[in-house]
Amino acid sequence: MGDMFDIARPSHTARQAVEAADKIFAERETKRRGKRQPAVSAANGLEWVTLLRKVADAQDTDAFTALFEHFAPRVKAFLIKSGADHAMAEECAQDVMVTVWKKAAQFDPSRASVATWIFTIARNRRIDMLRRDRRPEPEDLSWGPDEEPDQLDILSLQQESDQLAAAIAQLPHKQRVMIERAYFGDLTHSEIADETGLPLGTIKSRIRLALERLRHSLS
Amino acid sequence: MINHHLSDKLLMAYSAGSLPEAFNLAVATHIALCDECRARLASFDALGGVILEEASAPDVSMESSALSATLERVKTGKPTPRARQTAPQDALLPAPLRDYVGDPSHIRWRSLGGGAKQMILATTEQATARLLLIPAGTKVPDHSHGGLELTLVLQGAFADEHDRFGRGDIEIADESTHHQPIAEPGEDCICLAVTDAPLRFRGLLPRLAQPFLGI
Ligand SMILES: [Zn+2]
Repeated sequence: MGDMFDIARPSHTARQAVEAADKIFAERETKRRGKRQPAVSAANGLEWVTLLRKVADAQDTDAFTALFEHFAPRVKAFLIKSGADHAMAEECAQDVMVTVWKKAAQFDPSRASVATWIFTIARNRRIDMLRRDRRPEPEDLSWGPDEEPDQLDILSLQQESDQLAAAIAQLPHKQRVMIERAYFGDLTHSEIADETGLPLGTIKSRIRLALERLRHSLS
Repeated sequence: MINHHLSDKLLMAYSAGSLPEAFNLAVATHIALCDECRARLASFDALGGVILEEASAPDVSMESSALSATLERVKTGKPTPRARQTAPQDALLPAPLRDYVGDPSHIRWRSLGGGAKQMILATTEQATARLLLIPAGTKVPDHSHGGLELTLVLQGAFADEHDRFGRGDIEIADESTHHQPIAEPGEDCICLAVTDAPLRFRGLLPRLAQPFLGI
């Protein structure tokens, strides 16, 4: 997969970058035809970012409705697969979507896709719901109210997230089942493989760069 | 410069939310000190995002009133605006640990003999977390490990036959690890030590001391 989106930083405006990203998405979509479809369609990552930003900036209920219709049933299914009954999963999925609204401005699209961010909210809600062990977290690092993450960091991270979804869809069945069991809370630490062999190196590097820029802005 | 990091399986289990509390604390504390592992964790969270996307099941849908009920709950409130981090960094205790220890200038140490001290932190029972103070230049009792043990250095450094561990470094030890770490001269070594099984000391004196360790 590699770096399909290496645009020289200074010579491109954000708009050119968006156009370039659209072109790449379109090309990838063409290439993919005939191959097995990944669960996430290619351009989704950026679309969800745009919608979530409308919620944060303008309390846009249409944007929120689109997010709700896509993610709420997935959160509910995720909670059921993690051991909740239907009524509890329904209630908690609504709670998760309320948190999505409230925390929309905290979302940093240079470090996570919207699906990833909602996953972390759902995971934390699940820990409360099932009275699992408390899970302390490192202090959150975030941009101040007056700065924004770099546009190219956002585009590359969202694209990397879409590529990760495609790469996971290509993994052998056995390995995918192992990952699902781990994330539905079925595997203990000692049951997880020592060498997971997962294609996480590229997205990690992107996040690392975005973190460096954030640290720089904080100092 | 941190040289000893979390394992993939610890990061994955932390991302999935399936670790005992004491291990969660050690992972969170290392990440507070290590941006490399912060980025690695974010990549495991991204994997969780992929799993969430795929979690849709044909027989699972939200109740018909769900959207309107949710909109009703949010309509009164604006999303919380972003704020700059202002929490001061503590020289010894990163944020996740501070919640468990309290005031870093008044750590409630209990003597272990020989100048060593500990403070047990309140977590669920499956694993134990404690702060350990090993006086500069002294040996940590020779011990083997019954289960998984994480040792995260917060101050000073220790070294064993193979490696040196300074602030932020985390040692991951298991049944196969037998070692005799020594705190470096200079500064007392303070660590967060987390284990899911009692330590088994191999020397006579440390065995006598074991009842006082409270583990
Ligand atoms: Zn690390």
